[in-house]
Amino acid sequence: MVLALPAPRRRPSTRGSARGWTAAGFAAPLLVYLVLFYAYPLWRNVDLSVHDYTIRAFVQGNAEFVGLEKYAEIFASDTFTTALTNTAIFTLASILFQYAIGLALAVFFRSGFRLSTLLRAMFLVPWLLPLIVSASTWAWMLSSENGIVNSFLGAFGVPQINWLTSPDTALLAVTIANIWLGIPFNLVILHSGLQSIPGDVYEAASLDGAGPWRQFWSITFPLLRPVSAITLLLGLIYTLKVVDVIWVMTTGGPGDTSTTLAIWSYREAFGTGQPDFSPAAAVGNVLIVIALVFGFLHLQIQRRQEDS
Amino acid sequence: MHHPKRGITRPLTAGLATIAVVGGLAACSTADDAGADEAGGTYTWWDPYPQHEDGSDWANRVQACGEEAGVTIERTAYDTTALTNQALLAAQEGTSPDVILLDNPAVSTLADTGMLTTTGELGLDTSAIDENLLAAGVVDGETYGIPIGANTLSLYYNAEVLDDAGVEADSITDWDSLTAALGKVTDAGHKGITFAGIGTEEGSFQFLPWFWGAGADLRDLDSPEAVEALELWKGWLDDGYAPDSVINNSQNTVWEEFLTGDFAFAENGTWQVNSAAEAGFETGLVQLPARDGGVAPAPTGGEFIIAPVQEDTARYDVTRQIVECMTTPEGLVETANTFAYYIPPTAEGQDALLEENPDLEPWVEAVRNAKGRTSDDLGTDYPKISEALWTAVQNALSGVDTPADALSKAQADAEAATS
Repeated sequence: MVLALPAPRRRPSTRGSARGWTAAGFAAPLLVYLVLFYAYPLWRNVDLSVHDYTIRAFVQGNAEFVGLEKYAEIFASDTFTTALTNTAIFTLASILFQYAIGLALAVFFRSGFRLSTLLRAMFLVPWLLPLIVSASTWAWMLSSENGIVNSFLGAFGVPQINWLTSPDTALLAVTIANIWLGIPFNLVILHSGLQSIPGDVYEAASLDGAGPWRQFWSITFPLLRPVSAITLLLGLIYTLKVVDVIWVMTTGGPGDTSTTLAIWSYREAFGTGQPDFSPAAAVGNVLIVIALVFGFLHLQIQRRQEDS
Repeated sequence: MHHPKRGITRPLTAGLATIAVVGGLAACSTADDAGADEAGGTYTWWDPYPQHEDGSDWANRVQACGEEAGVTIERTAYDTTALTNQALLAAQEGTSPDVILLDNPAVSTLADTGMLTTTGELGLDTSAIDENLLAAGVVDGETYGIPIGANTLSLYYNAEVLDDAGVEADSITDWDSLTAALGKVTDAGHKGITFAGIGTEEGSFQFLPWFWGAGADLRDLDSPEAVEALELWKGWLDDGYAPDSVINNSQNTVWEEFLTGDFAFAENGTWQVNSAAEAGFETGLVQLPARDGGVAPAPTGGEFIIAPVQEDTARYDVTRQIVECMTTPEGLVETANTFAYYIPPTAEGQDALLEENPDLEPWVEAVRNAKGRTSDDLGTDYPKISEALWTAVQNALSGVDTPADALSKAQADAEAATS
């Protein structure tokens, strides 16, 4: 819509307006795509959340308009505080460790020793595996009685830890699995970021007598800051909406102890065989707003970087 | 009207279908004669058995019922939870399939939306069906489907483990004797019992025999009887009689654990009969005990055959024939044999099955004693109550709450959800 306007204004002739139409014609497929696959689902989600879609109303299409009642319900629910806290812990712990480990590996692989490419490729495996496979494997490894993690810890005399079934460790367990899943993404982005730091800076630093530690904190880390900011923000937005790993490993349980906002929304809509689309959509919209805030932050940072 | 795929084959009656070429000569000129049976045409069929692929015995059996009615059946299999969601979406779009096989507690929920035909509308006779099994499909006096078979739960035991621990299977008649047996087995170095406490409908399904066996009622989740039932499970976990894995166990996982041969008992269903016979150790069966002795009512499982409302009501005639093909006594026995785990829902069908396979006697007995999950007038409230119940089980077993606290929260949630 916006794209088509400038041309006719500059040349207010009949040919110009024809040009405008041509431009609109070229833009049309994209606009149709955006409306169909972005605007409509979003609008539908809002629509679901402000009506009371019981199962009967869903089929008959006569849901009652209830305004923000569903939002009031979810905010008042016990699950909301738990889910919000869990989402915060899960997201922050995930991206923090993913970033730290990813960065350490990126620096490690920077030196380009023998077989480094091969090893680096192997670190990408978590990315290539279907999530259902990696999540199920993690669930097996963390199984209370037969899991490899417990039998390994048992060899050192650690008593059985009920990773997935204890309210104290369930969230920790899914966070660990998610950290493992996210490392490759951080590794790849940060590694490519490192390539853009010129080698002579390091040479100059080592001539001045700076050791590896000093080089990292005074050169690598500051020069990598723009890439880091983008990596962290993208990681944050990805992690906020993680459903699959948690669902496969604990289905958000036991109780609500590993329920995040995304899991809550999924459970309400599809998890019980008793679909409650309205509260599910309301939780989903809250999640979208949170992601949106960070999305704008991302754009802001990007703009500032481009200006500087 | 639905026109046959091949325009020239319009036989005058279904019986002429085999000599369609003859009929075809006339068909070129005659107009559509309303009311005559239509050959050809495709009827859609959804079921929750993705494990039975095209070409399997089950798929062939469905196809045979279609052929008998003179149509082709297009069968699609979904996972159980996905099937309910798909059915609701299809009903909303007005593209419902002709026939669905649906897990019985979901029938009343779909019926409530007005998307299902009643058996009266279709002209089906349900008088022969066992009342306790048909109950799941009855809403406000109308029947919305027919069970194609039923299964339920019982307690499998590993005879070798019991022998080793010196436990007589016959001695298990109530909760105390079962717990005592678990103690002996555990002392002898074996594992006690495994069951499914997973946070889904399966968790409620497995908990209900204990819940009902204590005398508790689903309308009253925090009654002292209900608390006792949950304390029984929690006690087994605390005493090490049941593994911690039960919190996340599905019924399949329970069975896998049992097949390792370590466990003395496993709570599982009719569908494992064949697998139990093939296990690497001798297995046996005791009925699930009620708290003070006797058999606890176990919930009925199994699918209903239902027919969603169609815009073109002329389709119902063939749909009725397909449903009837699946629900005759012979049809029910054939289904039971195809699956190896379905007990027919009619007395006649059960007798026919026992004639072929007398070993299933305890299961027929169990099914006759079983109780529908949506009975007691729970209907569409059941799924909401069940969700509160399995959440309480999860919370108590994992130690988030005590059994009493977990159940009083559950009762509050259930009341809020059903009011």
